[in-house]
Amino acid sequence: MVELSHDSRPIIGRGPPLTAYFLALAAISVGLMVADQRYHQIDRIRESLSRVIYPVQRAVDFPFRATDWVTGSFADRSRLRQENLALTARLRLANLQLQRFAVLEEENRRLREMRANTAGIAEKVLVASILNVDLDPFRHRVLLDKGAADGVFKDQAVLDGDGIFGQVSKVNASTAEVILISDAEHAIPVQSNRSGVRTIAVGTGDQHKLSLPFVTVESDLQAGDLLLSTGMGGVFPPGYPVAQVSKVKRAGSMFALVEARPTARLDQAREVLLVWFKPRAEPAAAAATAQPAPSSTPVDGPATAAPPAQAGGE
Amino acid sequence: MRPMSMLTRRLLYWISMAAGLVLAIVPLPGWLDPFRPDLALLAMIYFVLTSPRIAGLGYAWLSGLFLDVLRGMVLGQHALGFLVVGYLTHKLQLRMRMFPLVQQAVIVMLLLGLYHFLMFWIDGLTGHGFTGWVRWLPVLSGALLWPLVVALGDSLTRRSS
Repeated sequence: MVELSHDSRPIIGRGPPLTAYFLALAAISVGLMVADQRYHQIDRIRESLSRVIYPVQRAVDFPFRATDWVTGSFADRSRLRQENLALTARLRLANLQLQRFAVLEEENRRLREMRANTAGIAEKVLVASILNVDLDPFRHRVLLDKGAADGVFKDQAVLDGDGIFGQVSKVNASTAEVILISDAEHAIPVQSNRSGVRTIAVGTGDQHKLSLPFVTVESDLQAGDLLLSTGMGGVFPPGYPVAQVSKVKRAGSMFALVEARPTARLDQAREVLLVWFKPRAEPAAAAATAQPAPSSTPVDGPATAAPPAQAGGE
Repeated sequence: MRPMSMLTRRLLYWISMAAGLVLAIVPLPGWLDPFRPDLALLAMIYFVLTSPRIAGLGYAWLSGLFLDVLRGMVLGQHALGFLVVGYLTHKLQLRMRMFPLVQQAVIVMLLLGLYHFLMFWIDGLTGHGFTGWVRWLPVLSGALLWPLVVALGDSLTRRSS
């Protein structure tokens, strides 16, 4: 008697024995189940499989969608009217809430712009180490280990991790001298992050203090305001933190006494960044920061004049 | 009768698998839902019986895997069920093809029962256990539908040859 094989696949190219095939696939199934249940490792497999499955789901979905469409097309008038009334009421409510959101959205957009400026303005950055701090306590200068050979140029902006550090005042072949923003001969145009007031921060000779001499009594500046670089004068990239207002005293009749603390760690930094950037078009910057008139009039003059002044002071 | 070309047959299998999957997730009225037969499984059994050279274990396994994704079950659950049923059908096919239709339907009912027991078991392991007797209704409806599946399959394969 002939024993018939139950494996009726082609004899040539049949592949592994049926039982082995079965066991392999069963093992894979069990492995998949364990992986899925215990470790959640196969979301990617599921994801790609569901991409194959998607047309099936759409095909199943289609008739019901079509039925909905047909019944919707032939809906009677009174029901439509009722629906319309309900929707109008809801829309009115939603619009009311939306009005509040518009203000928030605008604010958010401004903040994002500012942040984008801070994040990606520098086109090229070179890390430099500070060689030695100037011994003269009244002149805040440091020497960097990068010079003309590295492409450093005069008036180049220097930053550290926390804000504006200073600017290159002298370039040598392989070193460069930097004047810190706290140097008494240095001034930098700044803008309040909160109110948009623009003014100039002048070094005082104290590494922890900047002075803002051109702030009128009416200016909207408070202690705690973050001062950002405006980019005016084309020396510093706009939007980088410079200092934080530490004291505002409105004693006099014309100018307030304002002090700020530099955000950059002027006395501790061992490494700084030399920055290459494209100066932003100034009208755009001015338009974006339209602010109360009284403060802007006395400030604008010195602000544009400041960078040449400090360069000349060298 | 000229036999269908291999390619046409393959195409037919995949199409019927897709149809079975569609019918597996198509919404049914509430009272009919528990009776939903596993048409993809029945189609798989039919093709393994009639042309085991083409519809192999890989075909069965893949059908089940797709069903897993469609239903959002633990990946591999239906795949394993389909695989087991496909393997047993392969083992039994020489005998089953000789059986009259009613006897075939009984075997199919046993296979479906095994399949649903497996699903029940895995459901319990993965924590989705539903113990009502209603979950065994598809075994019955599937067995009752078997003659229809055979008739439909036979007419499809003959017409297109």
